[in-house]
Amino acid sequence: MDIPYVVQPRPDTGIYNAKAGIWLFLASEVMLFGGLFSAYVLLRVGADPGTWPHGWQNVTLGTINTLVLALSAVTTLLAWVACKVRQFGKFKFFHACTLLLALTFLCIKLFEYHDHLTHYEIQLTDGRIADGHMMENNPNEDYVLIDGRYVERETDLIDLRAQKDIREAEIKIPRAQIKDMESYGPWHNDYLALYFTLTGLHALHILAGGIVIGYLWGPGRKLWKTEPEHFTNRVEVSGLFWHFVDLVWIFLFPVLYLT
Amino acid sequence: MDEIIHSFPAHQEPDEDPGHDEHAHHDPGFWRGYVFSTDHKIIGIQYGFTALCFLLFGFFLMLLMRWQIAHPGQPVPFLGPLMAEILGQPAAGGVISPDLYNSFGAMHGTIMIFLGVVPLAFAAFGNYVVPLMIGAPDMAFPRVNMASYQAYVLGGIVMVVSFFIPGGAAQAGWTSYSPLATSIPTHGQAFWIIGMVLLITSSLLGAVNFIATIIQLRAPGMTWMRMPFFVWAQFVTAFLLLLAFPPLEAAALMQLMDNVAHTSFFLPTGLAIGGKLAHVSGGGSPLLWQHLFWFLGHPEVYVLILPAMGIVAEIIANNTRKPLWGYKSKVYSVLAIGFLSFIVWAHHMYLTGMGTKISAFFQTTTMAVSIPSVIILTCLFISLWGGSIRFNTPMLFALAFLPMFGIGGLTGLPLGFNASDVYLHDTYYVIAHFHYVVAPGTIFALFAGIYYWLPKITGRRMNEFWGRVHFWGSFVFMNVVFMPMFVQGMKGMLRRMADGGANYSAARVPGVIDTLPGSIMAMHTWILWGAMALGLAQIPFIINLFWSIKHGERVGTNPWRSTTLEWQTPTPPPHGNFARPPQIYRGPYEYSVPGHDTDFTPQNEPEAPVTAPRISPVPVLH
Amino acid sequence: MSDLKTARPHNAPSVSEPELSGHAVDFNSYLRRCVYVFVAVLCSVSLMLWASYLPQAHFDWPLKVKLILAVACGNAFLVAGFLMHLISEKKMIYTVLAFTVFFAAAMMWLTLYAMQDFPAGTTH
Repeated sequence: MDIPYVVQPRPDTGIYNAKAGIWLFLASEVMLFGGLFSAYVLLRVGADPGTWPHGWQNVTLGTINTLVLALSAVTTLLAWVACKVRQFGKFKFFHACTLLLALTFLCIKLFEYHDHLTHYEIQLTDGRIADGHMMENNPNEDYVLIDGRYVERETDLIDLRAQKDIREAEIKIPRAQIKDMESYGPWHNDYLALYFTLTGLHALHILAGGIVIGYLWGPGRKLWKTEPEHFTNRVEVSGLFWHFVDLVWIFLFPVLYLT
Repeated sequence: MDEIIHSFPAHQEPDEDPGHDEHAHHDPGFWRGYVFSTDHKIIGIQYGFTALCFLLFGFFLMLLMRWQIAHPGQPVPFLGPLMAEILGQPAAGGVISPDLYNSFGAMHGTIMIFLGVVPLAFAAFGNYVVPLMIGAPDMAFPRVNMASYQAYVLGGIVMVVSFFIPGGAAQAGWTSYSPLATSIPTHGQAFWIIGMVLLITSSLLGAVNFIATIIQLRAPGMTWMRMPFFVWAQFVTAFLLLLAFPPLEAAALMQLMDNVAHTSFFLPTGLAIGGKLAHVSGGGSPLLWQHLFWFLGHPEVYVLILPAMGIVAEIIANNTRKPLWGYKSKVYSVLAIGFLSFIVWAHHMYLTGMGTKISAFFQTTTMAVSIPSVIILTCLFISLWGGSIRFNTPMLFALAFLPMFGIGGLTGLPLGFNASDVYLHDTYYVIAHFHYVVAPGTIFALFAGIYYWLPKITGRRMNEFWGRVHFWGSFVFMNVVFMPMFVQGMKGMLRRMADGGANYSAARVPGVIDTLPGSIMAMHTWILWGAMALGLAQIPFIINLFWSIKHGERVGTNPWRSTTLEWQTPTPPPHGNFARPPQIYRGPYEYSVPGHDTDFTPQNEPEAPVTAPRISPVPVLH
Repeated sequence: MSDLKTARPHNAPSVSEPELSGHAVDFNSYLRRCVYVFVAVLCSVSLMLWASYLPQAHFDWPLKVKLILAVACGNAFLVAGFLMHLISEKKMIYTVLAFTVFFAAAMMWLTLYAMQDFPAGTTH
């Protein structure tokens, strides 16, 4: 006996098996990101007043990424519709777009990560703090060169939204004056820890979704010739996963970039 | 007794030729057939054997711990030199050092729960039996099923390997509380987290499979209220795994980041380790870990018990030859347990400084969730009334489950009340409580299931005499091991003490109030002997199991004369289970229905034409 | 129960969404709907950006956060409702998602409440 309802929906539930499976899986993913979001809410609400960063992200890049993902969600849906109306050429085109958009998203994300990881907060022996991007950090030299500014207290670095006209210049700091040096990685504070963890997990999901869609677009397209409806269902199911990943970003973007 | 043992009908082939399905499957060979199989029955067996091995390993860890508790600081007999050889410094001189004791404790809990009981109760029994019980050819997603088993094995390997890395295995309890879990100088904690992520992945894949299968692949006529109670129990268990595990996965990811990337999700500002200020950013919250952990932790205990209740229900119905009493109540109760279990978790956190309002909320929901559990247990008890009880080995274990789970459940009530929990939290009372529910509770049900379903898997039954030896030995010694722990706990003995409480004993600090008296400390020896005897009692079971697979008495396809669908297939069920989708005509417990020739009517037996009511009583089989 | 047929041959035409049994016309109507949804998403994103940059003097962060999250929820509804066609999905899926959302909300809210509720007189 073959497994029924792989392609045709079961009459009383109205869905085929994989659709039940993917929605159940997405429910678990809601709880996964829900757990991380509740960590965010708790840590932010529980933080001492004035210690939670604002404006530490590049809003332009974030907005571009948001629109890139939204567009990819649309192309994903259209790729499925194309399968439904048996226009395979359109399917190939739209999912090629989806894959390109996914790649764009990941590249922008990588750039943002690099941007953060090359940004340093340097505490000096005289009590001041130098903050900016590392230009030169040659171990053989006795100085580091950053493109940034001096501030008096660490609290000056917290709310960048409230500060107008931040002037940055090249600053050369002798190593002898450096008390402590830390890059803006997840170890730097809880906001960045949450940022890297949330967006990192999200990016892994983008990668996974991209691989699945890439497989269907590439080697997996063989199934179209023999069982087009089965193939269409696979496109729909992977599309649902992709839309979910977009949904997570819809909440990540405002929470991490805009607030 | 002979009557009971020999009541099995002679070996009979089923009337219908099972035939081959349309796509002729040629022999897949050893690797595809037994190692990389996508057949739910093979996967069920794989899960079962792997889980039983882990249960045994966890048992050995417990024996080592009980030795240390009863004889603190003394070398372990026989195994001491071997341990020193393999584990090095932590077992120097064959003595279990406190750090090693802690790692045994953490891993005993982790292995028993996540590598032993859950895979056996949910994945092994569920995988084998559920598709057969609902008339499905396999699980909805066979390849996902195989992937879930492989993730489980990988997770198990990571956990076991962690014993052998420098620094040893995780030592912060199976609950892995931060900041301790981040401060312990071993990578074992990171291994633990990675192992957990793999196990969680395995459970999630399994849960998706079970729910989709039960929703989509029920045979024609198998309505929701005609499903055996075991299937309902697995259905709710799958939902618990699906929705409760991911927050722990999120928390585990964050704790891994704390361990490896030096973040401070759970590390508070001003944290000092070893007397020095830790070089971390701070700002984190240890309580956040606890909330996220117990959000899973509580539903997890229902994952441990619900499949067991399902198994016991099936065996009781079958061996009383009457329908389960209160089927509908049990279904609604199991759904209520599933729902409520998500909102009780902070009763594990009463001592974390929560305020009265939130404690009152969790106390209320905790009391509420005990009600459906009591309903289910009561229905099972009432099901015995007026039954023609057959006291075979599965039934003995199923019957013992009832009072044992009763003790375990009732002793949970003082822990659920905030006020009494202030005293009992983190004492041996808690250990006794949860072991009663899982050990003479769930594990007895799992034993019952093995004795019950082995004839379907192999066509042979296990030896009845040795089954009874196994039963009585296990029953007596489970109580010898765990009953004293209630007393120890109420006297104030705390959990997780490597020296067995010697530091707080009256012998060490005479004249101080509320120290542990000699009578309490003496119980350690009783418990150690009880545990060793319990271990010995398992030997007949292990031998019986392996021997019976090859040489057990042959039985027919439905030796227990059961109504449920899994017994209406050939033995063992072929690939695809049923040649055509079975048609279901009735509920799952049509036993001793007046007017029928036999005392059981399988779910898929077509309706017979109505005959005149018989005057003679229906024959009753023992 | 319902009379369930055995599985049909795999490449039979789908009957689950009749409006897609055809042709270019149907595809274009879907395309048009997608464009509308995308434009709506663009508007929500702009709205969120505007809300985010409201002057700090008159609008404090808690208020801005609530506003932005409300718009984000609207955005999520667009994606889930139309692109994931949740609006036309079956009851079983709705039920699972409803329970999920309830449990996620309970997890967040109860944890938050628990961490803010202290026994009287024990904190400064």
